[in-house]
Amino acid sequence: MSATPHLAFERDIVDIEDQIAKLRNLASKHGLDVSDELRVLNGKLEVLRDQTYNNLDPMEQVQVARHPLRPYTLDYVSGVFTDWFELKGDRRYRQDEAIVGGWVRLNGESIMLIGHQKGRDMKENLRRNFGMPHPEGYRKALRLMKLAEKFGRPVVTLIDTPGAYPGFGAEERGQAEAIATNLREMARLRTPSISLVIGEGGSGGALALGVTDRILLLEHAIYSVISPEGCAAILWRSAERRHEAARALRLTSSDLLRLGIADEVVPEPPGGAHADWEGVMRSVREALIRNLGEIANEEPGRLVARRWAKYESLGAWAEDGAEPEGRS
Amino acid sequence: MAWFKRQKTPLTAEGRRDLPRDVFDKCGGCGEILYRERFLRNFGVCPECRNHLRISAGRYVELLADPGSFEEANAGMTSADPLGFADRKPYPDRLEEARRKTGRNEAVVAGRCRIEGIPASLAVMDFAFIGGSMGSVVGEKIARAGRCALKEETPLVIVSASGGARMMEGAFSLMQMAKTSAVLARLHERALPYVSILTDPTTGGVTASYAMLGDFNLAEPGALIGFAGPRVIEETIKQALPPGFQSAEFLEEHGMVDSVVDRRELKSAVGQLLRHSWAGWKPRA
Repeated sequence: MSATPHLAFERDIVDIEDQIAKLRNLASKHGLDVSDELRVLNGKLEVLRDQTYNNLDPMEQVQVARHPLRPYTLDYVSGVFTDWFELKGDRRYRQDEAIVGGWVRLNGESIMLIGHQKGRDMKENLRRNFGMPHPEGYRKALRLMKLAEKFGRPVVTLIDTPGAYPGFGAEERGQAEAIATNLREMARLRTPSISLVIGEGGSGGALALGVTDRILLLEHAIYSVISPEGCAAILWRSAERRHEAARALRLTSSDLLRLGIADEVVPEPPGGAHADWEGVMRSVREALIRNLGEIANEEPGRLVARRWAKYESLGAWAEDGAEPEGRS
Repeated sequence: MAWFKRQKTPLTAEGRRDLPRDVFDKCGGCGEILYRERFLRNFGVCPECRNHLRISAGRYVELLADPGSFEEANAGMTSADPLGFADRKPYPDRLEEARRKTGRNEAVVAGRCRIEGIPASLAVMDFAFIGGSMGSVVGEKIARAGRCALKEETPLVIVSASGGARMMEGAFSLMQMAKTSAVLARLHERALPYVSILTDPTTGGVTASYAMLGDFNLAEPGALIGFAGPRVIEETIKQALPPGFQSAEFLEEHGMVDSVVDRRELKSAVGQLLRHSWAGWKPRA
């Protein structure tokens, strides 16, 4: 059986993975020693992965961020944390399954974990609405953040959404208000917070979990004001021009770091998070423990003041025709 | 010798009965032809059908601020091009075009003023400038309007009109939502009242940040207000939206705004709200 590559640039990698699997199969069936051949193939695979993943263009980067085999929030819940207790519902209208949240434990400490949740098949995606929250999702998230504040626990959010859901009910029930309130309340939350973009950081739906003391991005994650397709449709009048839009938007993790928006890029294993879940879990665990350690004992007032200073400095402008100021 | 001689006078089209554009306006609501002077005196509200036409930021300042009280701040602030963005046109060219068209440097005018005698920090967006989109300058000027209110301990009033975030500034424009909301968090903690006025249209990142965060949200009649645009929603749900969806009245009905207020009554509504809520206001003995 051969695996199907999900992305065009993965084809050669999947070919070699196939060959390795077949060889292993053959060897175990006939009791042959194929270690030399395997070593060669594994070497080839490593080189090819490095080459491919170190040279992704921005639109390919977007495809990796959306890769259907990438770990999602609940995968990190079981891979990085322990002692999970899911907390459901916004106490106003309903339980939104596009955002999950609850208590977890990391390194012995309790944390409020909140993240977007995508589905892996159609059934699960219908339940999760493809990771696109309704207002109830943001309101639940805020409810959990306030609980964390009340009990003096830090907040960790995992961001992975195409964006807010452009639907009837979402508008009717005030998704703009729900997002806006999260932005303001996260800005003044008196407890340490970290957001980690694990896949797609799509616009306002992402930012609604993203106003935190630290902003981390996985290496192949993206963060953008609009999808490349949406941007291309509006500015180029053709969604086909998404490659150009993806490049123009500067949405990769290294772009975000350079623009001073991301505080840190968390490395992924060779071939991306989807190629090695355990590897990415180790990486995320290390980054979260270290970052939490750095801010966990800060006095809440100072934490909030620094958060204000951080967000209020973002942007690039010129005063009265002078040279641009701010970060650029 | 020619049998016929073509007459040299070319045919001239009879003058199309265009209205002189600088004298008359046509109401988009009822089709009434309006003498511009009268129309402007009415702040762009059709005296026949009460349709609210879009008016410039300058007009809102005249409408809200006491005569002569408005002192503009940071008028010269301009957008940098942090991403070196170009689609079919480089971003700096689009900015230049918008500046020429509007006579303004950016999509927001801000400063301090008095409203019915009450000192306030006022910011007004201009939809004519790249669709009132929010980039770094809009974010920074809104943030400074908030900081001005904090420093002088006055209320804040923002008039919004926006298509959303400015794509040409990428994640920077997204982060302006967080930036403006962070300043509003500070205002919130100091109990300085913030009145948000939503005008046609207010959508996208502006709605999902400061426009919806007023202690008091007022909306102009008929204004389109939402997060996602109606076309995007229709494409998603594959059906036509009912008439009046995302209108100011729809939002009022769904609990998202305190009141739909006729433009001509905005000033007195703001004054009344500030007198009720602002501890710094002292009635005259």
